Amino acid sequence: MAIDQLAGRTPVKAAVTSLRRRVRLDRRHLPVVGTLVVLALIFAIGGNRYENFLSGRVFSNLFINNSHLIVLAVGMTFVILTGGIDLSVGAVLALSSILSASLLQNNWPAFVVIPLAILVGTLLGLLVGVMIHVFEIQPFIATLAAMFLARGLCYVISLNSIPIDNPTIVWLSSTRYPIGDSWVVTPSGIIALGVVAVGFYVLHYTRFGRTVYAIGGGEQSAILMGLPVARTKVLVYVISGTCAGIGGILFSVFSRSGYSLTGVGMELDAIAAVVIGGTLLTGGSGFVLGSLLGVLVLGTIQTIITFEGTLSSWWTKIVIGALLLVFVVLQRAIAARRR
Amino acid sequence: MRNLNAMGLVRHRLFWPLAALIALLVANTIRTTSFLNIRVQDGHLYGALIDILRNSSPLILVELGMTLVIATRGIDLSVGAVVAISGALACSFLASAPNPNSIGTVLVACGIALALSLVLGVWNGFLVSVLGIQPIIATLVLMTAGRGIAMLITSGQITMIHSTPFKTIGSGFWFGLPAAVLIAGAVFAVVATVTRRTALGMLIESVGINPQASRLAGVQSRSIIWIVYAAAGVFAGVAGLMISSNIMAADANNAGLFIELDAILAVVIGGTSLAGGKFSLSGTLVGAFIIQTLTLTVTILGIPPAVTPLFKAIVVIAVCLLQAPIVRSRLAVRRPARPVPVEVAA
Repeated sequence: MAIDQLAGRTPVKAAVTSLRRRVRLDRRHLPVVGTLVVLALIFAIGGNRYENFLSGRVFSNLFINNSHLIVLAVGMTFVILTGGIDLSVGAVLALSSILSASLLQNNWPAFVVIPLAILVGTLLGLLVGVMIHVFEIQPFIATLAAMFLARGLCYVISLNSIPIDNPTIVWLSSTRYPIGDSWVVTPSGIIALGVVAVGFYVLHYTRFGRTVYAIGGGEQSAILMGLPVARTKVLVYVISGTCAGIGGILFSVFSRSGYSLTGVGMELDAIAAVVIGGTLLTGGSGFVLGSLLGVLVLGTIQTIITFEGTLSSWWTKIVIGALLLVFVVLQRAIAARRR
Repeated sequence: MRNLNAMGLVRHRLFWPLAALIALLVANTIRTTSFLNIRVQDGHLYGALIDILRNSSPLILVELGMTLVIATRGIDLSVGAVVAISGALACSFLASAPNPNSIGTVLVACGIALALSLVLGVWNGFLVSVLGIQPIIATLVLMTAGRGIAMLITSGQITMIHSTPFKTIGSGFWFGLPAAVLIAGAVFAVVATVTRRTALGMLIESVGINPQASRLAGVQSRSIIWIVYAAAGVFAGVAGLMISSNIMAADANNAGLFIELDAILAVVIGGTSLAGGKFSLSGTLVGAFIIQTLTLTVTILGIPPAVTPLFKAIVVIAVCLLQAPIVRSRLAVRRPARPVPVEVAA
């Protein structure tokens, strides 16, 4: 049902086209605008069908429930922009989460545990980067290996779910800053948006970010231009690993526990969010803000299916798959027209 | 001379995977001296080695398709979902059939499951070859949606079934050997014959090495890509029947979970490059045995099975590092006659 409604958006697209002519929209921003339109459309559908859908509460919950995914998507954007892929983020998130839970259980102070858990992600990212750059293993396989490695280490740490009652984590998880009547912001949401802001700054206002785009646009050309391709390629995986580490902490905060099975398939959600956000998987084109919108689209679909009640959870997967398809075909059409 | 070099390369590629497999088997035999024993009971063969063979059958099937897809520079992430869908469809059909024990009903169930798998494979092939979407993302669509579809078929339940003929596929015996092994063996033989005794194998490799050039040379790359994805779908469907028959239930959530990753892993361990081109079916076979033996070893050593991914990671990293150009060129110092590989890794 939701698919039908999503499919019938040709008039909207026409409106976007005319709007673009008027505001002279950069063509590069087109996919992101598409995502924004889809997000608005989903909200319109939700608001139309259910009372209380268009409330600050629902929107605030999007950030509370998806803060970890937002952070993962930011890291994934860097990797995909260079034309790579990182399959390890879900497992690294779980590792960071269960490691922090386990250390906190052993009464380690939170100010040591949190940096340490993030550092584990950074180190795994570095390992992946070195495997890809020095040993020329394809990103797909290197990150697959890292995924198995991280998942295995999770089970080594603990097979059971570990609850977290550390006061710092509890504070992070229960604090709510109200904005206006019904809007709330949590520390996790602020951290996630902070990561998005940093990602945005690094990608658009630093040499490193420009090199990332250059590698995605054409690695050979980037090398010939004398850009530090090797260092950048390793660093994007370090960034993605670090983001996964941060995501793990946020997930620990969200669930107030660590469990080795968390984040199974989350790398796919992150990739889907990045693609829906308009980043080309071949690299070189895309925006961090698009990925943020992509996560919000996924989260809103989830919310609608929860609101619907009669729809079962598997519809989430089917709708996300269908949406992914629509976006990929759309990207393909745009790319074909550009040629 | 080129041929000789290629032969040497293949031998070299299979050397480390085979060494790893033998090392695992030796380690197991040292730990449990009866590991290599095969005993005959009621005319059926039993033993750890037979278990490895049987447990690796679904993986081998999935991998055969994956090898062909990877050889065309593609990748198929959706096989796990297809495994789940095929099992779900066959089991739902059998659960609602009036006479699940008749061979006819079982054949129909398998038939419709495989037909749907073929359709899903053709769908992937359509996205990749006609629309020209990158294989990772094209198959990611079905990977994401597929499990949802499987759950839709089973209404989210684990569908239990009772059907003797269906049970044979996964845990029965034919001629003293597990039926699953014979099925996987037969499919392997067919694929090996078709790709190595006809031009198809060469055409697949040419599409993988240079799609543009092979198209200009008159190779129908579009239909070849279509064929390999369709084949991957059907093989995954057969694997799905095997897995669901083994547990006599359809588990839309867990059937074939991560089998695509295992399959890709095994293909890479077997020496087929993800960059496309040359593929090695025997290497793929060895890869599947390594993964299955590893899983069994972990269980035998009394380590919680959940830790298996850690060992898989170690094996993959080790094998990949040994195959890495930088390491190989160091190892190849002893044979200075070897030409420098022309192709730069993508």
